Amino acid sequence: MSMRKLALYGALLLLTVAAPFLFPAYQTQLATLWLMIIVALTWDMTGGQMGYNSLGNIFFYGTGMYVGAVITITLYFPLAEYTDASRSETFTFTPEMYFTGMVLGTLGAGLFCALSAYAIGPLFFGLRGPYFAIGTLGLAIAAGEIVSNIDILGGGQGISMPVYGGDFEVFKKIIYYVFAAMGVVLIVFLSWFYQTRFGKAINAIRDDEEKAEAMGIHTLRYKLVTWAISAFFVGMAGSISAFQLIHFEPLETAYQTINLGIFMVVCVLLGGKGTLWGPVIGAILFHVFKEVTWNYLLGWQWVALGALIVVIVVFFQDGLMGWLRHRKPEWFGIRVESREARASA
Amino acid sequence: MSAIIEVSHVSKSFGGVKANEDISLTVEKGSITGLIGPNGSGKTTLFNSIVGYHPIDSGSIRFEGREISKLLVPEIARLGLLRTFQQTRIYGKMNCVENMLISIPHRKMTLLEAFRRNTPEERERAEHLLHFVGLYEKRWLQAGSLSFGQQKLLEFAMALMNEPTVLLLDEPTAGINPTLINGLIDRLKHANREFGITLFIIEHNMRVIMNMADRIYCLAHGRLLAEGTPEEIQNDQRVIDAYLGAH
Ligand SMILES: Nc1ncnc2c1ncn2[C@@H]1O[C@H](COP(=O)(O)OP(=O)(O)OP(=O)(O)O)[C@@H](O)[C@H]1O
Ligand SMILES: [Mg+2]
Repeated sequence: MSMRKLALYGALLLLTVAAPFLFPAYQTQLATLWLMIIVALTWDMTGGQMGYNSLGNIFFYGTGMYVGAVITITLYFPLAEYTDASRSETFTFTPEMYFTGMVLGTLGAGLFCALSAYAIGPLFFGLRGPYFAIGTLGLAIAAGEIVSNIDILGGGQGISMPVYGGDFEVFKKIIYYVFAAMGVVLIVFLSWFYQTRFGKAINAIRDDEEKAEAMGIHTLRYKLVTWAISAFFVGMAGSISAFQLIHFEPLETAYQTINLGIFMVVCVLLGGKGTLWGPVIGAILFHVFKEVTWNYLLGWQWVALGALIVVIVVFFQDGLMGWLRHRKPEWFGIRVESREARASA
Repeated sequence: MSAIIEVSHVSKSFGGVKANEDISLTVEKGSITGLIGPNGSGKTTLFNSIVGYHPIDSGSIRFEGREISKLLVPEIARLGLLRTFQQTRIYGKMNCVENMLISIPHRKMTLLEAFRRNTPEERERAEHLLHFVGLYEKRWLQAGSLSFGQQKLLEFAMALMNEPTVLLLDEPTAGINPTLINGLIDRLKHANREFGITLFIIEHNMRVIMNMADRIYCLAHGRLLAEGTPEEIQNDQRVIDAYLGAH
């Protein structure tokens, strides 16, 4: 790595660490920004790098919330009593219980989601193109409906998470740093992952799956593992979101197909599919756009969002990074033979 | 020599079209075997059947003595039986070196080994093979920007990178600049002799196939019409008629 790159990464990392102190009024938004970065990056693992556009990754987010909550609660209390809304008993969590629950619940959520992706994957990876997208969307919608009918999971009311007993400012910082750490780990992991034989194999699947099969690549295995890794991070992010939001319910928060479920795709399209930094940049731009429109264009925010989506898919199909790559291919190490060289060859 | 591919009584039809009917043939280990026949005679269909691209209606296909007609495409490829496509398939958005590195054999690779970067040996081999097919100078170019003939050469190099036991080539010289064909014939022979790869080649160019093959099979209307050495095929009246009738 060159010194300049190292300095840039160092500065970014410093900014990440200092951000909640630099912008104390925006700590929650910054935490949500990291969430957007995580879901965008994980969406791009299958969508941009492997060519499988999922509309159902929100399934892992919602499932992560529930698994995180259930583990945290059942560690100390009977779940049915806790979620029984008619009871007014308060269940108090000491800080130790709270953090133990957060760590175990979040890891459990990640593992559960990874395993479910691996288990249900064979069902979906037989589908191609729009069928895969709609199939996975169906999964998320169905999951929301099913969960809202399970009483022990709080039914349509959802679940109220244990509350952090300490200072609310500290709580916000904790949530921010957990999301940020997860995001940084994910970026570092992906920058390595995309360089491996595995990363190359999923690119091959994206560019020509039939050719990849004909060359003996274990296509299904790679697709399953990639989706499972992606689900692992989304599931953990879902669990942390549950702690952040304190109360969540199945359709609007957990399995929010039209909000976060679509936003993650928009982030990636905005920044550029199939690149490491595209989803990150896209998430930042989108988040700013969303905060601005949601605050200043209230009532028209969805119109503005719709217009943004239309502009992206009509004019910038390859996103910001794609546009840059087209303008400055040499920055991306792409060499195309000049016409003259070709004519003389 | 012993048979490495044994096709016996294979039939395959698409709706009413009998693309292959009761075809039996063998490919000897270490040989260069040719498959000829007029357009639409079922050559590509037979290749597709051998590599598991579609299920066959009846018959049996053995590779190294093992029945493979029920296996899936990637499973057969991992056994070391590889094919190239008539319509040339490469990964157009990646450069030639990346195309080569993706093509490393996945036969023995465990999931853990997949989580590693390509080794310097693999990179060296990729460059060596690109040099072998004459694409070394163009190795950093996007594969999609190469000419059709160069893409065919790249696909051939990718197949070699995969270290197959048997390579099925569907019209390797089609679309290649005529001045480069002799070079390609030499490279195919080299791959056969030096790398020990058995070649089974569909070819329309008679001069090419007569020059290379140890044994040739000729299909017509989905059936096996004739088989023999290049001399025998060249002088076979049925083969001559089939080609004249078709053109
Ligand atoms: N997937 C398919 N669906 C329907 N018909 C097919 C299919 N593949 C091949 N055929 C038909 O089977 C017959 C044999 O086709 P095939 O491609 O095997 O011929 P070929 O000998 O390779 O010809 P060419 O020299 O033109 O490549 C043709 O009539 C073709 O139209
Ligand atoms: Mg053909």
